[in-house]
Amino acid sequence: MATYSTNEFRGGLKVMLDGDPCVIVENEFVKPGKGQAFSRVKLRNLMTNRVWERTFKSGETLEAADVLDLDMEYVYSDGEFWHFMKTDGSYEQFAADERAVGDAAKWLKEQDVYSVTLYNGSPLNVTPPAFVDLEVVDTDPGVKGDTAQGGSKPATLSTGAVVNVPLFIEIGEVVRVDTRKNEYVSRVRNG
Amino acid sequence: MSWKPGATPAMLRARAQLLRALRDFFDARGVLEVQTPVLGRHTVTEPAIESLPVTIDGLQAWLQTSPEYFMKRLLAAGSGSIYQIGPVFRAAEQGRRHNPEFTLLEWYRVGFDLEALMVEVADLVQEVMESPRPHVAEYRELMQAHAGVDPWRDDPAQLAERASAVSGIPREQLNRGEALDLLMSGCVEPALADQGPVIVQHYPPDQCALAAVSEVGGVAVARRFELYLDGIEIGNAYEELLDATEQCRRFEADNARRREAGQPIPEPDGRLLEALEAGLPQCSGMAIGVDRLLMHRTGAASLDEVMAFSLERL
Repeated sequence: MATYSTNEFRGGLKVMLDGDPCVIVENEFVKPGKGQAFSRVKLRNLMTNRVWERTFKSGETLEAADVLDLDMEYVYSDGEFWHFMKTDGSYEQFAADERAVGDAAKWLKEQDVYSVTLYNGSPLNVTPPAFVDLEVVDTDPGVKGDTAQGGSKPATLSTGAVVNVPLFIEIGEVVRVDTRKNEYVSRVRNG
Repeated sequence: MSWKPGATPAMLRARAQLLRALRDFFDARGVLEVQTPVLGRHTVTEPAIESLPVTIDGLQAWLQTSPEYFMKRLLAAGSGSIYQIGPVFRAAEQGRRHNPEFTLLEWYRVGFDLEALMVEVADLVQEVMESPRPHVAEYRELMQAHAGVDPWRDDPAQLAERASAVSGIPREQLNRGEALDLLMSGCVEPALADQGPVIVQHYPPDQCALAAVSEVGGVAVARRFELYLDGIEIGNAYEELLDATEQCRRFEADNARRREAGQPIPEPDGRLLEALEAGLPQCSGMAIGVDRLLMHRTGAASLDEVMAFSLERL
C-alpha cells in the first residue's frame, strides 16, 4: 500500500490513522526559525465523522487508505440495505448499511446518481448531490396568488424528507432542495 | 494554475513602501547597506535548517539560508555596522507562513550588546511598523506559565511527556529540542497571539547555534532574543559568538547530530573561522522575515498574498 509523507499532506488526501480511514481537512506547516519542522494536521475520521487534530514530525509517513469515491446509481432498498450500482456499465452492485447511508437516506431517489465512498471495497459513506429535485407529496394547501410574501410551511417530499417551503407550493409540484442545508431553493417546472 | 501573481497591485505598493521604510530607518542611523552572494561554497550546519544544494561546473555550492557568514567576514574586515535585504532559501519549508525562498532583513551593529540591539528593534517596530514598543518576556517564565515546564530543571523525559500530551506524538519519539519546539509553538505562541509585539529573551543555550552565553538568575542562557508580532515569529537576534575555537566546536557538534540523523553534512566554512580568528568586532545581529512583516502590516493570511510569486505559482 502506498504511503504519504508529511510534505505530501493536503486537503482531501485519504490516509489511515489509528486503524481508521481518515480524510485530511487541513495541514499546517509549523517550524520555528531555529527549530524542528512539524505538520499540524486536521483529519476527519471517515468511520465516525469526528475531526482529529494531530501533530507529525516532518518526514513522517501515513499509509494511504484504500478509499475510493465513485458515482453510483441508487437502485432500491430492501429495508436493511440500500443498493447502489456502478455507472460504468458493469452493473456491479454494492449494499450500503444504515451507518454508511446515514442522513443521505432521506434524499435517495431511485435511478438518481450519488457519490459512494468505498473503503476496502464496501460502502463507507453516501453523499447526495448538493441539489436534488423532489416532488412534494404532502403539505398544507397553497395560498393562491401568494408568490412573493414571506412565510413558510413544512412539506414532505417523495423520499420522506421534510423541508420548509413557501406558502404557494402545492402537492405534486417539484422543488429543488439544497441537501447540505436542508433548505428549499426554488420551484422546478413540472414535467 | 493561473499565471497571475499572488500579490495584488496594492500589495506590491505596500511591499515597496515597507522596503523603503526599512532602508530609511537604517540609513538614518548610519548603517551601511551591503550585498553579499546568494550562492556560497559553504552553508550553515544548524541541524534544523536545510540548504538547497547547487552544482556549478562540478563544484558543490549552496543557496544561502541567511547572509550571516558573508556579513561576518565583512565585519571582520572592518565594514562597521551593516544591513542587507535580500532573498534567502531554505529547503522543505512550505506553508501559510513558509516559502522556500523569502526575503530576509539582516543587520549587525558593531559595539552593540543584546540590550542595545533590543532598543533598536523596539524603535524599528514603533517607527516602521507603527506598532507599540514590544514588551520583553522571559522564555523561562513563558514556558512555565503556558506549557507547564521548566526547561532548566525538567529532564528530557518530563519535557517529552508534556510535549507528547500537547501534540499526540509518542514521547519516546521526542528529544529535548523537539519537545521545546512543540511546547513553544503549541502552548506559548498561541498565548502571545493577542499581545501585540513581544520580545522573548534568555533562551536555553542548546537552542542557539551562534549566540554567546551568559548567566542570568543562576542559569546559563543564550544571548539571544526573538521578536513576535501577535504570536507570529518575526525575527531572531544574537549577541554574536566571537571565539573561533568555540565556533569550530559548534560546527562539529552540529555535524555530529546531522550524521546521527542521516542529514547532509555541509563542510564547515573555513573562511568564516579564519575571519573569526582574525577578529570579529563585538557585535549583535538580527534577522527579520520581511514577507511576514508585510503580512502583519497588511493583515494578509498567507505569504502567497504578499509575494509576487510564491512556490506554487513558479
